[in-house]
Amino acid sequence: MAYAHDLASIRRLIASHKRWDLVFVCCGAVALMVGVLTFTALFVDMAIDGVPRLTWDFFTNYPSRRAAQAGILSAWVGSCLVMLVTAVVAVPLGVGAGLYLEEYAPKNWFTDVIEINITNLAGVPSIVYGLLALGLFVYQFGFGQSILSAGLTLALLILPVVIVATREAIRSIPVGIREAAYALGATQWQVCKDHIVPYSSAGILTGIIIGMARAIGETAPIITIGALTFIAFLPPSPIRSEPPFISFDWLMSPFTVMPIQMFNWTSRPEAAFLQNAAAAGFVLVLMTLAMNGLAIWLRYRLRKNIKW
Amino acid sequence: MSAVPGKFPAAPRSGAMTARLAQRRSRMLKERAIELVLFLAALVSVFTTVGIVYILVKESVVFFQQVSIVDFLTDTQWTPLFDDQHFGILVLLSGTLTSSAVALAIAIPLGTVIAIYLSEFAPFSVREVAKPFLELLGGVPTIVYGFFALLFVTPILQWFYPELPGFNLLSAGIVMGIMIIPYVSSISEDAMRAVPMNLREGSYAMGATRFQTAVNVVVPAAFSGIAAAYILGISRAVGETMILAVAAGMQPNLTINPLEPAATITAYIVQVALGDLPHGSIGYQTIFAAGLTLMLFTLACNIAGHMLRKRFRETY
Repeated sequence: MAYAHDLASIRRLIASHKRWDLVFVCCGAVALMVGVLTFTALFVDMAIDGVPRLTWDFFTNYPSRRAAQAGILSAWVGSCLVMLVTAVVAVPLGVGAGLYLEEYAPKNWFTDVIEINITNLAGVPSIVYGLLALGLFVYQFGFGQSILSAGLTLALLILPVVIVATREAIRSIPVGIREAAYALGATQWQVCKDHIVPYSSAGILTGIIIGMARAIGETAPIITIGALTFIAFLPPSPIRSEPPFISFDWLMSPFTVMPIQMFNWTSRPEAAFLQNAAAAGFVLVLMTLAMNGLAIWLRYRLRKNIKW
Repeated sequence: MSAVPGKFPAAPRSGAMTARLAQRRSRMLKERAIELVLFLAALVSVFTTVGIVYILVKESVVFFQQVSIVDFLTDTQWTPLFDDQHFGILVLLSGTLTSSAVALAIAIPLGTVIAIYLSEFAPFSVREVAKPFLELLGGVPTIVYGFFALLFVTPILQWFYPELPGFNLLSAGIVMGIMIIPYVSSISEDAMRAVPMNLREGSYAMGATRFQTAVNVVVPAAFSGIAAAYILGISRAVGETMILAVAAGMQPNLTINPLEPAATITAYIVQVALGDLPHGSIGYQTIFAAGLTLMLFTLACNIAGHMLRKRFRETY
């Protein structure tokens, strides 16, 4: 290595090293731009192909053999119902599990097993959940290819997301809050329900929204349980005119969801159906963007507001 | 506690005591019951794993009674749906590994560069905008990415290389790589930001530039976290389904050439699920054997990641 003897050569040396900083900043910006450009291209591509199809009829028509008359009525209704089942199952289970692991769990090997297990589940490919559902829910339990099977599958799929978010939210609550409540004679459950859960609710909600956004776009596990792709009817209505007014027949109904409808249209050769696919994809992207955006906004607000 | 005779009547006091004890006991019972319920909620995740292993192994055992493991691992054809049945998982594995290699060739360099940039170079405002944006990129449904790969990326690639078939592993792999970038970058960045400031300050004090500090100090110190991010990226790529099912075609093809169409393990499962295979037929069982292979592969990734983290963890 050559030693720099005079000021000018030292300056040159520094400048040459600093040049690498600049080069790297450019690399970083380019790498980010790849992401930005891809996303923009995807969004614009969907919009150009799909937006002309986005009429009122598109949302109120059943899928059809004729591309111009096909719509996503059964798909979006199915998506909503499946999401309902998923939320009803995943939220209590996820929050309960998170609460148990943070507040109740003793430090022993079994707790370790549960924790490692949740980390592992988060890495299991979604299609494997589909196989689980096919073997267990569809055939073993006999739920068939129903809304219930799909909702349960997606609930298991997003459970790790909800658990991890719940735990992180709970962990950020200072110990002092718990100690203060215990000092006033509160029991453990009183501390949890009156303090821990309310204070971490925004964080938990963020996790739930992210989980639901993931569930609404999941295609593979629902295809695996064998959901039909051509459904030109709606599940039975949950509300009845005669007592007991509520019916759960819809749980066992065959169904289709948005991503499956989109996949169905994508795998057809006719350009008109590809347009339908783009339109359905555009709606789907908007939905997941809105949900993720809401979660990001919630988290941002949370970080600003809470100062323990 | 001793009662003072005469001052307090004994009977009501003991009545109050039992009432209080009873109240306390019922409260204790309620507390235990709630704890049990929460414990059961936590146990659901364990049951999920047990259920996955049980279903995959149970159906695979039936499969391997009819097909020998040696054939499964060495046969070079995968034709379970034809009359001349062959079950060479290598065929599907080659598609999975080729597409994953393309995806990782995109995701690992770009993800790492973005992570270093965001953690060490980017001003606060850029980071505040870029991080949520990357998160949105990771939140787009994979079926939409598949559509994008088939109808946007493939035509662009064909413009450069006209012989490229409509279904190919390359475009699916590229889009998959872009989808994985956020996973790699966010975990790597978290790891780098966890490196204590005084290490950087020490490096700056020695006259190192930002780039030298980032490459020679921060990245080695955060290596275990970065490795974990790569492993997660690999298991995402291997398990990705819809992009490949839509854009790579579903033809089993023993190849390592990304310019060809090929089926992956996941795409095969989708293909079988779309058809009407009767429950209990050999074709039905193949998807569980394929799923077991996939599960073992991702499990191996997870274990490797865990060991890497342990082996290279730096404590400060």
